[in-house]
Amino acid sequence: MIAHSVFFYIFSLIATVAAIMVTVSKNTVHSVFFLILCFISVSFLFIIIGAEFLGMMMLIVYVGAVAVLFLFVVMMLNVAQQKNQWFSSSGSSKHIPISLIIGVIIFFELIIVVGTWKYKPDLLPSLSSTMNQNISNTHAIGSVLYTDYIHVFQLSGMILLVAMVGAIVLTFRNRSGLKKQSYFNQISRESTESIELVDVKSNEGVKIDD
Amino acid sequence: MIEIGLGHYLTLGAIIFSIGVVGIFLNRKNIIVILMSIELILLSVNINLVSFSIFINDLTGQIFALFILTVAAAEAAIGLAIIVAYYRNSSSIDVEKIDSLKG
Repeated sequence: MIAHSVFFYIFSLIATVAAIMVTVSKNTVHSVFFLILCFISVSFLFIIIGAEFLGMMMLIVYVGAVAVLFLFVVMMLNVAQQKNQWFSSSGSSKHIPISLIIGVIIFFELIIVVGTWKYKPDLLPSLSSTMNQNISNTHAIGSVLYTDYIHVFQLSGMILLVAMVGAIVLTFRNRSGLKKQSYFNQISRESTESIELVDVKSNEGVKIDD
Repeated sequence: MIEIGLGHYLTLGAIIFSIGVVGIFLNRKNIIVILMSIELILLSVNINLVSFSIFINDLTGQIFALFILTVAAAEAAIGLAIIVAYYRNSSSIDVEKIDSLKG
């Protein structure tokens, strides 16, 4: 139990500091790396608390895909010369105290909600998805995800498909002067209109351009 | 203090949520950092769902966290694609200069 609390405090401190550095850091690449650090420590917290599958999923999806996507975009967009200098930009520093006040208010509201809230001791979980202690976390999630939540699961697959198509459509650029295949013209071409037999008379030749 | 309960995890979620919100408000230069703040907010929601799921002993929270993960990935892809398309048109992603919808 002591190990649990020690690791909780270590990883939550790392996650908090990394989250602060994401917003404060001047260099965008650094803030992407701090975002990766925050996600890694939160996924460690998930593994500690017992949600191993979700922690590993977090590592794969966020660190492996989303953060690399961010890094690609940051390096593609050449944001190096327009650094994230929110506290040194002249004239527009009026928003800093207001936003800090709003953030502190939101934080204390959440703390008040957490501090005064208690769930009923006889609260029953929904019947279909009670955790079975004998099987592993991944097994339990799989047995619920593919039975009770199968429609939502397939809907999330549709969301990913739409996101992929949308991202390709948004960033697709039709360059002029590029030679490309035209599948429809190639397939619908027939031999009668592509080959022409010409009787060649002697001493007259053939007119090629008509 | 030693015993880690549900409140500790909810407090961590509240802290990260507030940091994400402040990050959205504070940022005036770089729109990518705003997207990263949105990712932080979704992460704090995930923390809340998973800790509730563990402490109430109900798997539904983890399932929903999985779907939030999916939606967050799709949102990041679409948002970054929009940023790339915008950068191609205006060659700047400065937040204060994006005001062409102001009318």
